[in-house]
Amino acid sequence: MAPPSNRRSGFSRKAQYGLFATYVIAVGGALLAALLLIISIVDPTGFSALKTSGNEITAPVARFFNSIRRSVNDMGGNMSAYFDAASKNADLNREVEANRQKLNDAAALKVENDRLRKLLGLVRETSEGGVVARLISTSATSSRSLATLSEGSTKGVISGQPIRGPEGLVGRTINVGPTTASVLLVTDADNVVPVMRAEDGLPAFSSGLANGTVVIRPINLGVNPFKKGDIIVTSGNGGLYPPNVPFAMVLEKSDVGAIARPFADPARTPYVVTMPIFQPKVLEAEAKSEENGDEAP
Amino acid sequence: MKNPLTPLKRKRGSRRLYQSRLNREQSPTKMTAIPVISVLAASLVATFPIITSQPFLPPLGLMVLLAWRMMRPGIWPMWAGLPFGLFDDMFNGQPFGSSALIWSLAMIAMEMADSWAIWRDYWQDWLIAGAIIIVSILAGLWFVSLAYTAPGATVLLPQIVISILLFPLVVRLCAKLDSWRLAT
Repeated sequence: MAPPSNRRSGFSRKAQYGLFATYVIAVGGALLAALLLIISIVDPTGFSALKTSGNEITAPVARFFNSIRRSVNDMGGNMSAYFDAASKNADLNREVEANRQKLNDAAALKVENDRLRKLLGLVRETSEGGVVARLISTSATSSRSLATLSEGSTKGVISGQPIRGPEGLVGRTINVGPTTASVLLVTDADNVVPVMRAEDGLPAFSSGLANGTVVIRPINLGVNPFKKGDIIVTSGNGGLYPPNVPFAMVLEKSDVGAIARPFADPARTPYVVTMPIFQPKVLEAEAKSEENGDEAP
Repeated sequence: MKNPLTPLKRKRGSRRLYQSRLNREQSPTKMTAIPVISVLAASLVATFPIITSQPFLPPLGLMVLLAWRMMRPGIWPMWAGLPFGLFDDMFNGQPFGSSALIWSLAMIAMEMADSWAIWRDYWQDWLIAGAIIIVSILAGLWFVSLAYTAPGATVLLPQIVISILLFPLVVRLCAKLDSWRLAT
């Protein structure tokens, strides 16, 4: 294609200056953008108000399309459910019987647990009733794993709350707006979750790989005790995430620990619920000691 | 005077009825608004309810911007990458300013490409766009890694492949919009 005439300034002084000014503005714009980027890298929460307002504005559209997406997703499952209803019914009845037994055991364990907790002087500050919400969009173009929650501060969502779905832990809230909130998914590389192996309580840390899986690193390095199929749950260390929330299943061993897939796939999680921060006092104490320049315990 | 022998199919509405059918001009608002709106709309695709835990959605805003810039080299001044990029930054989840910087540099790079290769064909356009897309996606990852913990670059491979393969389609879409924009 031939170059446009506006780039051939010729002998006109005015056109030459005009072209030069465009170059200056373009380079200046790039420098301005670089400055904004540096500010947002130094202070990652600095522009959160702007991003929150962006989420707030687009939330109604996202909510509408989300309802369509969910009904289309459910259609296949609903249709196939008709075909094997009878055998499924029998299976479910058997399962209910088995689960009733387990529920009784769990209730007994809970009572014992509370008693032991009281003995140790641990008080869990739980406010009953989290906020039920939906994930309405994710940052699918970015290498960060963020999702948008359909409820915000007007329903009582606060920053830093753990979010779980029916299957397991989804992430935690970061920027909270009036009717939306950003959720940092557990698959984000920045989200470190203290976890343990369900069967023996082996402590470990999980961090995301941004491809739908997480890497589980045991605290005791050296031996790599994980095997395929291990169930990982949260351990409650650190005071943010409550303990014993189902987290992930180990897919394979890796050289530092294990690769695991979270139980809660955000794409297949219709509803999520916000949970209270497990031990806010621990977090406050840590924040205070960081302010004083001490090492966090 | 009406010619009864050629009953042309006329558009409805009184404005059309009394307009000259020869030597018409395009609406200037339509001409300027359609490219701008198409870029902004492509940026907003990131807010659609595409729920995924891995990045695979192409940087559509940048691709539409490049397509317009290649098809109509003089359509926007060189600094147009900044305002479009700032708008994209509100929705893409990257550190704020990342798209603004990348898109500004992309527009400057296109200007330089224009001065190197004035007579280009379609394949060269695709090659240049592909290079800009790869660099922009990797730069986005790098900016994330400066502010937060970032994953390895292999995660972005599907996104890069999808983006490059999708670019000709975006060009076709912009060409359709272009003919609509210039229609009288």
